[in-house]
Amino acid sequence: MQHIRMGILCLLLCATHSLRAQMDIDALFMGKGQLCTGPMYMHNSWNNYWEGTLKRDNPNLGTVTTQSISLMGMYGIRKNIAVFYNLPYVITNPSAGQWKGQRGFQDGSLWLKYKPVTKQLGKAQLSVIGLLGVSTPLSNYSKDMLPFSIGMGSTNGHARLMVDVIRNKWFATASMTYVLRSNVQLDRTAYYTTQMHYSNEVAMPDVTQWNLRLGYRTNKMVAEAVLDNMTTQGGFDMTRNNMPFISNRMNATRVGVHFKQEEVGLKPLTVLAGGNYTIAGRNMGQSTTLYAGLAWIFQFGKNNNTKK
Amino acid sequence: MPQKISFTSSALLACLLLLAACSKEVADVSQQFPALQPARTDINAGTWKTILLTAPDEVAVAAPAAPTGPDYTAQINEIKSVQAAMKANDKEALQYWSAGAVLRWNELTRQLVAKYNLPPVNNADGVYPAPDANNPLAYPYFPFSNPPYAARAYAYISAATYDALVACYHYKKLYNRAAPYNVNTTVQALVPTSDLPSFPSEDATVAGVMWEMMKLLFPGEQAFVQNKINEHLQSRLASGANVRSDLDAGYALGRAVALKFVARARADRAGQAAGSLLIEDAMRLATIARGEVPWISQESPKRPGMLMHFGKVRTWNFDSATLVAIRPPAPPSTNSPQFKQELEEIYNYAKNPSREQIRIAQFWADGVGTYTPPGHWNAIACEDFVGMQLSEVRWARNLALLNTALMDAAIACWDAKYTYFNPRPFQMDNRIKTVVGLPNFPSYTSGHSTFSGAAASVLSYLNSKRQSDYDAMAREASVSRMYGAIHYRSDCEQGLVCGNRVGGFSVERGKADGAGL
Repeated sequence: MQHIRMGILCLLLCATHSLRAQMDIDALFMGKGQLCTGPMYMHNSWNNYWEGTLKRDNPNLGTVTTQSISLMGMYGIRKNIAVFYNLPYVITNPSAGQWKGQRGFQDGSLWLKYKPVTKQLGKAQLSVIGLLGVSTPLSNYSKDMLPFSIGMGSTNGHARLMVDVIRNKWFATASMTYVLRSNVQLDRTAYYTTQMHYSNEVAMPDVTQWNLRLGYRTNKMVAEAVLDNMTTQGGFDMTRNNMPFISNRMNATRVGVHFKQEEVGLKPLTVLAGGNYTIAGRNMGQSTTLYAGLAWIFQFGKNNNTKK
Repeated sequence: MPQKISFTSSALLACLLLLAACSKEVADVSQQFPALQPARTDINAGTWKTILLTAPDEVAVAAPAAPTGPDYTAQINEIKSVQAAMKANDKEALQYWSAGAVLRWNELTRQLVAKYNLPPVNNADGVYPAPDANNPLAYPYFPFSNPPYAARAYAYISAATYDALVACYHYKKLYNRAAPYNVNTTVQALVPTSDLPSFPSEDATVAGVMWEMMKLLFPGEQAFVQNKINEHLQSRLASGANVRSDLDAGYALGRAVALKFVARARADRAGQAAGSLLIEDAMRLATIARGEVPWISQESPKRPGMLMHFGKVRTWNFDSATLVAIRPPAPPSTNSPQFKQELEEIYNYAKNPSREQIRIAQFWADGVGTYTPPGHWNAIACEDFVGMQLSEVRWARNLALLNTALMDAAIACWDAKYTYFNPRPFQMDNRIKTVVGLPNFPSYTSGHSTFSGAAASVLSYLNSKRQSDYDAMAREASVSRMYGAIHYRSDCEQGLVCGNRVGGFSVERGKADGAGL
């Protein structure tokens, strides 16, 4: 009955992904007793999207923009153990058509990061890092308004294994992630995927991700190039001119850059910025993301460690 | 510090384990329906008044062989060998179909409606291609099962099934051949047993109807439908409830009765309902001539209004003069203070909808890619009918009353929409953003309200103890379109009133058909 076909979203996944990028996806730790926390702004937009594997635009959506402001922070429990969190507020909006953009607190996440292995290999240093994370919706937003829903609505468990090699300040970081996703509840009692389901509950396929980062880093700064991919393990393709649905098979490969500089003007002040672009996708928007953030480092207890 | 670490990590680990333990299994209402065990056989249903059949024996069914000879014994042996060879998926199929033929085929119809409820995308030149019934598998797929199309599909299938089952029950009583599990005690009954004669099979009668109706309504789904029919009929053999000749006779009867409905459908003017841009322009000019703001498609590129002549399609439960007589009064003039006030009301809903309003809007949205509002009311009805333990023929009768009313509601509503050609709120004030899709046809009256008014009337007659629930659901479905910011109050209120009246005509048919309650 409705006339608008939509683009896809999962933007949200990208959005949280870029936000997380600062802490859960790099090989950096805080010093013991240090809290690094601050706001981050992210801007993500697309006007082309993949309907299944077919790339198209949609004049009834125009450009779909997702912005988020989040509070993130990482605390160093030890030199090689850290916890961090992310609390995002998300705003979505189309530039054309009559759909109302949505806004609200999206999914909060909490992670534990642990580096059990650091090994000197000649002039290079190798680290192995493990991460565990959970994320869950912070508000009861609607999951049935893609691509304008502010999130996918599932509670997720993330397990990530990371390897980092650095030599003469040049480094490479690679990681693999498995994301377990819980079922999601809709506001309706039946829905169609490739068959009818008479339930308000949707089984969400799990997601795997890989991430590759190459760059230059010192104690005070990082500059890196990023290539990453997310692949949904299952799910179905949007049919022609259909609305997107949370359990679609959403895949994306992105390239991007990331910068970080500490002690900007003031000693505890850190500035972060970066962006990425989707080079291949499925059931998702071909998005461009830009982000920038500030963080302030607080020291709790005695400052007896040098960072990293 | 180590305690803190181990606390954090064990908390995280616990969360992860909890998630991992979480099953992805989804509890599906339809999979939990129990095997059908009618409280009454309705053995006299052959006397119930039919919709198109002139008499229950209009289609002849030859007398079956007596359950004694060698031919019948061979058929009993077929059941036994089928039962002996059953695998897990056969048992699953048997359990699925045992919930009832009319119910399961209603669900499968809803599934096809949802699959095909997708408006075609425009060509590069901005023109929207029309689905072609003769080439259903080429894009744009035929049909685009939008709400009027869906209402018509549910109605024809339900009405044809009802007439065919009345004929089926007529012959059951006439020939009175007992079910194989009653004839031969060595045949296992894998479904609840009954004294209802098994010739012709009511399940096969429904399957025969579906074969002919689906050819017409979802012509690209022949393979899917044939598979389901095979599974359905095989499950009836395996259940011990039907021998092969029960199935053959029922299937042939169902097909023959359905052809009467196919002939009606081919001549009901739905084929001309799409209209044309020329017709739409004429409607627009006529509206301007009346001093009103005409409806304009808000899609880009502009899409022709949906089924602009669906209001001219042949009704089931009243005639064309009555259709004009019950047409809702003209909506508030687009220049009137009342219109401005109603527009303002929707602007206020749209500005900052509460989560509860969004929930209600989405609960009833039934938009693109769904089984539509008529499908939603079928789902509501079927869940209730399951609890009422109806015979197959009464299932069919109830759904025929419901779905002929829903198709009449679509006709009455579309008649009003293209008579008044009233603009949507977003067209009048583009600050009015919506939380459900904006339908591509005029505003007055609300389709959801008309469907829901009609459905609530019919269901209240069929299941009077839930009358207040049905009325409350209809009111909520109606107001959900205001929360969604796509309809004015007048659209919704007048739609409900008209829907109730439309439903009343079906209730009159029900009161006169001899089935009782």
